[in-house]
Amino acid sequence: MYKLEVQDLHKRYGSHEVLKGVSLAAKAGDVISIIGSSGSGKSTFLRCINLLEQPHGGKILLNGEELKLLANKEGALKAADPKQLQRMRSRLAMVFQHFNLWSHMSALENVMEAPVHVLGIAKAEAREKAEHYLNKVGVAHRKDAYPAHMSGGEQQRVAIARALAMEPEVMLFDEPTSALDPELVGEVLKVMQDLAQEGRTMVVVTHEMGFAREVSNQLVFLHKGLVEERGDPREVLLNPQSERLQQFLSGSLK
Amino acid sequence: MIFDYNVIWENLPLYFGGVLVTLKLLLISLAFGLALAIPLGLMRVSKSPLLNFPAWLYTYVIRGTPMLVQLFLIYYGLAQFDVVRESFLWPYFSSATFCACLAFGINTSAYSAEILAGSLKSTAHGEIEAAKAMGMSRAKLYRRILLPSALRRALPQYSNEVIMMLHTTSLASIVTLIDITGAARTVSSQHYLPFEAFITAGLFYLCLTFVLVRLFKHAERRWLAYLAPRKA
Repeated sequence: MYKLEVQDLHKRYGSHEVLKGVSLAAKAGDVISIIGSSGSGKSTFLRCINLLEQPHGGKILLNGEELKLLANKEGALKAADPKQLQRMRSRLAMVFQHFNLWSHMSALENVMEAPVHVLGIAKAEAREKAEHYLNKVGVAHRKDAYPAHMSGGEQQRVAIARALAMEPEVMLFDEPTSALDPELVGEVLKVMQDLAQEGRTMVVVTHEMGFAREVSNQLVFLHKGLVEERGDPREVLLNPQSERLQQFLSGSLK
Repeated sequence: MIFDYNVIWENLPLYFGGVLVTLKLLLISLAFGLALAIPLGLMRVSKSPLLNFPAWLYTYVIRGTPMLVQLFLIYYGLAQFDVVRESFLWPYFSSATFCACLAFGINTSAYSAEILAGSLKSTAHGEIEAAKAMGMSRAKLYRRILLPSALRRALPQYSNEVIMMLHTTSLASIVTLIDITGAARTVSSQHYLPFEAFITAGLFYLCLTFVLVRLFKHAERRWLAYLAPRKA
């Protein structure tokens, strides 16, 4: 059974269709990299999975449970049952490009917040867990620091710890290294690589071709709202079939 | 010019009584105003016109009319109606302290609501998205993320509002209350020494303002540390 299944997702802004039927299926332990040029719809696709954006068509299933959707007047789909959406979101942790840590909370408080107030875990247990995950991503020494007082790499690692503390089924990464200085990218990628090796299920929108090739086991190349090519990352990147991907790779070859 | 210290010295108890009245008026109206400002501020950022419009109208009317006019309307104006005089509320509305607290509370609630609404609106969008993505309900999003963050960021502006309110309470002396200004008016008219009487009142307000400023500095250091520059 798939952990996460997305079927035929459509999304438009006004009359502009940004996703024209994109599907994706992740088994336990899969690491799927989604690549594509800006405007290809890759971030939008990821944000539709947990309904931060409203899709206009398609199905989303987590562990075989389908997210019930209802269309509004404009045809955009929203959750029919907010409780179900909240429950599914709590099982789908997301890491953002701009970290989006809660600025008025310390690193530790950021990581403890959702386990205590969404999952209802006891504070002492959540603190222990938070310290464990902060340690795991290598920022335990910054646990009392506020986000604004940390480097981008530290903030993103705290954000990853915050996602891990939910012990989610699937982790969604939305360009997690795009806002970082080049010398800080490595520390975040290293953490993500460790997570992948632990067998966590991850969907990663990324520009890091090295990460896509070395860490993920599935690659999806989006172009103009459609999957242009997909498959084993080493094969696809070494031997791209479509002209689009060849062009894309020649522009970002490393 | 000779400053008549003796008169002031003899009347210090009157001034200290005035300080207590001023503080009582200030604290009651701030507590009442803040309790009202939080729901009003939330209504002001609501997308629903049913919630937003009444709150907008309220803050517009209150901020658009002078405090003294509002005080006169409540203290003198309402007494004109038999319904009010004959109702169970009359013991309240015939009390100057009650009317002053009510008027000041309503006034500060409108200003505070707008401060809070501005602060809520300037919350980083990404932080709201992160809360949603973690599975927070709307109520939790407000209780755990939006309000704590917005109330903190509203502190510097709110401290101004509190100091303005301290000075506004001096209007209470017009409706017979003996606050600091009321004490000064009494001394002034009894001894024909307006300069001494009011400069003393001014000094008392200055001291109270100083204490308030210190208190808010302290609060900001505690709750707004996350916006302060990083300590080396």
